[in-house]
Amino acid sequence: MNIWLVMLLGGLITFGMRFSLIYLFGRFHIPDAMRRALHYVPPAVLSALIFPAIFLPDNELDFSFGNHYLLAGAIAIIVAWFSRNTLLTIVAGMLALFVLQLLR
Amino acid sequence: MSEKAENFWAGVRAEIPLLIGVFPFGLIYGALALNAGLSKLASQMMSSIVFAGSAQFITAQLVREATPGFVIVLTIAVVNLRHMLYSASLAPYLASLSTRWKILLSYLLTDEAYAPTILRYEKEGLQPFSHWFWLGAGTVLWITWQASTAFGIFLGAAIPDSWSLDFALPLTFIAMVVPVLKNRPAIAAALAAGAVALAAHSLPYGLGLILAALVGIIVGSFLEGRQPSKGAM
Repeated sequence: MNIWLVMLLGGLITFGMRFSLIYLFGRFHIPDAMRRALHYVPPAVLSALIFPAIFLPDNELDFSFGNHYLLAGAIAIIVAWFSRNTLLTIVAGMLALFVLQLLR
Repeated sequence: MSEKAENFWAGVRAEIPLLIGVFPFGLIYGALALNAGLSKLASQMMSSIVFAGSAQFITAQLVREATPGFVIVLTIAVVNLRHMLYSASLAPYLASLSTRWKILLSYLLTDEAYAPTILRYEKEGLQPFSHWFWLGAGTVLWITWQASTAFGIFLGAAIPDSWSLDFALPLTFIAMVVPVLKNRPAIAAALAAGAVALAAHSLPYGLGLILAALVGIIVGSFLEGRQPSKGAM
C-alpha cells in the first residue's frame, strides 16, 4: 500500500474516532470492558515494538550480554524510570549503544 | 476584548506549558520519520493528516520495517482508539454547536488539547463561548506541532547517513512506555505483548505486532478484572 494511502486512511480513522461520540452524543455509550481495555493499549503496543528491537538485533533471539541493543535498552529503561524525560532517555540509549560498539 | 477572543486566548495560555514538551517531541518525530525512509513531504504531511504524536512515531518505525500498509493502518486505529474516550467526555459541551464546529474541534482533539479543555469545562461548566477555548488550545498546539516537525525534518536532513539512528525510535517508545507501567496489570500487559512479539515475529505481514498487542490488552484487562474493585475498600 502506498504511504500516502496509509496516511490518508490512518488520518480518516483517527478523525472518525475523535468525531464519533461528539456526533453520536447521547446515542452510544462506551462499554465498560472497552474502557478498561483501552488502558492497556499503550503498554501492549509499545512493548510489542520495543522487544523485537532489543532482543532480536539481527532477526535472531539474543539474551546475552554481547547484545548491545539489549544493554543500551536496559540503560534507557533505567534513565526513563528516574528522569521521565523523552529526550534524555533517547540520548542516554544512543550514547550507551555508541560506547558499547566502540568497546567491542 | 470580546468574549470569543477572551476564551480563545485563555485556551492558548492554558496550552503553553504543554508546548514545552510538545516541541522537542515534534522535533524528534521529524528527524526520525525522515531517517526511517519517509520523504520530507510525507513526514511533514503526516503531522497534519494524522495529527497524533505516538501514532506518527509508530508509523515511522513500521515504515522502516517495511510493514504492509493494512497492518500500519490497523495499528494506527488501535493506538488512537483512546480518542473515543475524549470524544465521549467532551461531547456534552458541544451538543448545541453546528456540525462545522464539531468537525473542526474533533480534528483538533489530541491528548494535549483534551487535558486543558476538560479541566476548564469541569471547573467553569458550559458557557456560551467555551468552544473558543478549545479552538485556542487546539490551534496553538497544531501550529507548534507543524513547526516542530518542520524543524525536525530540517535537522534530520543535516544528520549524515552514517549515523545510525534506527535505535532512536525504540528508545522513544521506551520513554513513552515506562511512565504508563504504574501497576501490575499494566506491567503484565507489557511483558505478555513483548513475549508474543518475539515468539510471533516471523509471522507474515507484520501480523505478530497485532497479535502481540491483542494478547497484551487481554492479559491487562483480565488481571484488572480479577483485582478487588476499588469500591470494595
